Amino acid sequence: MAVKHLDRVRPGRAKRIRRGLVAGITHLTLVAGAGIMLIPFFWMVSTSLKVPNQVLIQPIKWIPDPIVWSNYAKALTVLPFGLYLKNTVVITGLVMVGTILSSAACAYGFARLRAPGRDVLFIVLLSTMMLPGIVTMIPTFLIFRSLGWIDTIKPLTVPAFFGTAFFIFLLRQFFLTIPVELEDAARIDGATPVDIFTRIMLPLAKPALATVAIFTFMGTWNDFMGPLIYLNSEDKFTLSLGLASFQGLYGTDWHYMMAASLVVMSPIVVLFFIGQRYFVRGIITTGIKG
Amino acid sequence: MFISPWIIGFLIFALGPMLYSIGLSFCKWDIFTPAEFVGLANYKKLAADPLFVKSIGNTLFYTAFAVPLGITGALGLSMLLNQKIRGITIYRTIYYLPAVVSGVAVALLWRWIFNYEYGVLNAILGDVFGIVNPPEWLGSELWSKPSLILMSLWGIGGGMIIFLAGLQGIPEQLYEAAEIDGANVLERFRHITIPMLSPVIFFNLIMGIIGSFQVFVQVYIMTSGGPSNSTLFYVLYLFNNGFQFFKMGYASALAWVLFVIVLAVTVVQFKLAGRWVYYEGVK
Repeated sequence: MAVKHLDRVRPGRAKRIRRGLVAGITHLTLVAGAGIMLIPFFWMVSTSLKVPNQVLIQPIKWIPDPIVWSNYAKALTVLPFGLYLKNTVVITGLVMVGTILSSAACAYGFARLRAPGRDVLFIVLLSTMMLPGIVTMIPTFLIFRSLGWIDTIKPLTVPAFFGTAFFIFLLRQFFLTIPVELEDAARIDGATPVDIFTRIMLPLAKPALATVAIFTFMGTWNDFMGPLIYLNSEDKFTLSLGLASFQGLYGTDWHYMMAASLVVMSPIVVLFFIGQRYFVRGIITTGIKG
Repeated sequence: MFISPWIIGFLIFALGPMLYSIGLSFCKWDIFTPAEFVGLANYKKLAADPLFVKSIGNTLFYTAFAVPLGITGALGLSMLLNQKIRGITIYRTIYYLPAVVSGVAVALLWRWIFNYEYGVLNAILGDVFGIVNPPEWLGSELWSKPSLILMSLWGIGGGMIIFLAGLQGIPEQLYEAAEIDGANVLERFRHITIPMLSPVIFFNLIMGIIGSFQVFVQVYIMTSGGPSNSTLFYVLYLFNNGFQFFKMGYASALAWVLFVIVLAVTVVQFKLAGRWVYYEGVK
C-alpha cells in the first residue's frame, strides 16, 4: 500500500504512458462519435443545396455541385412560411411570458411562504410531473371546444399562465438556495412579499429564469400535437404544422424539405449556442436530486 | 397567494380533465350527437381490440430497447465527457446538439436518412461496410421499430447532460481513497460511480419510460403507424380514435388504461428503487 501511495505522488513513466494512451483513446472515441452525431446535420445541409437530379442518385454525392441557394427561396415561398413564422413567434412569446411569470410566482410560494397544506400541495405538484399529458388531452380538448376556443391560439397559450409543474420545481430548488437573510433585511425595511419577489428574488434568479425561458422556447417552438389538435385554418398554422403539410404536398422533393426543415430548426440551434452555458449550468446547479 | 395560479391551473387542466375523462370513458360520444352512457362497453371493446393489443406490444417493444440502450449510452458518454481533456466543451456541445432539436423537422430528416435507395444510412452501410442488401428500415415491418430506436439514440445527449451533472456532484476524494486502497477502474465504477449516481439513473429511467410511452410525432410524421401497423404506437392509436374517428369515449378509455399502466410501472420502479438507489444522508 505504501508503494502505491508513493506511486500516486510521483507518477512513474509507465503510468504516464498509460495516461497518455487513455487520453488518446478517449479522443479517438469522441471524435468518431461526434462524426456520427454530425452526419445527419451534414446530410441535411448537403441535400438542401442540391439540384434535384443529384438528390436521387447512387452513389450519393456528399458535396453538392453546383450549390443551389435558391432551393431555400423556393421551399419557403410555396407555402406561406412567413405567416407561419409570425404565428409561431406570437404563440411562443405568449407561452414564454406566461410560463416564466406564473412558474416563478408559484415557485416562490412553494419555497418561502408558509401556508397550511403547502407541502402536501408540493407532493401533488411533483406527482403531476409524472402524469402523461396524453391522459388529459381528450377532456382538455372538449373543455376548450365548449369554450369556443378551437382554431384560436388560446388553448395553446392560456394554460401557460397557470404555471408548469417541472419549472415550478426547478425554480423552487433555485429559490431555496438564496439566503433568507436577504429577505429578512428587506422585510425590516418594510417590503411586502410582492416587493421581495419582484425586486430581490426575480433579479437574483436570472440564470434559472433563463434556463426556463430556453426550455419553454424549445418546447413551444417544436410543439406539434398541440397545434395539430387545436388549429384548423391554414392562416393560423405554426411552423411545425406548415412543415407537416409541406411533406404532404412535396413529400419526395427532399431538397426542398431539407431546406424548409433546416430553416425551422435553425432558431433552436442558434439559441442553443447563445444560451449554451445556461443549459449545462442550469441543470447542474438546480440539481435533480430534489 | 403566490401558488394560486398553479392551484387553479391544476384544477382546470389536470384534476378536472381527469375526472371528466373517467366519465367520458363510460360513454359513447362522437362530438356531433349527444353523448350516450354505455357503462363498461368501451373497456370490454378494448380487451377484444387487436389494434389495441398491437399498439401496446409496439410501445413496450420500443420502450424495452430504447430506454435501456439510451441510459447505458448516455451514462457511458457522460463518463467520457467528464474528463479533463482538451476540447471537452466542443465535444459536449456536439453531443448535446441533437437533443435540443426535435419535432417535425427532425422526423423529416430521419425519414430521408432511412430512405432505402438514396438515404445516407444505406449509402454508408454499402460503401463503408460493404453491406449489399441493407434493410428497408421504415419500409419494413421487421426494421421499422429498430429504426425508430436507432433514431432515438441520436438524442442521447439529453440524458448525457443530466448524468454529467450527477457525475460532477461526486466528491473526488471518494475516488482517491479507493485508488489508494487498490481499487481498479472497474471496481471504482461499480462501487462508487453507480451507487452515487443511482438517483440520477433512477430519474432518467422514470422520465425515459414515461417519454417513450408517449412517442407520437415520429410515428405520425414518418410512418403513420405502418407498415402493417408495426409502428402503431399507443398514443398514435389514441389520437386516431379521438381525432380521426371522433370516438371520444373510446379514446378516453384508452387514455385511462395508459394512465394506469404508467402509474403501475412508476410505482413498481419506486418500490424497486429502495433496493438499488442510494440517497446520501438517508440511512
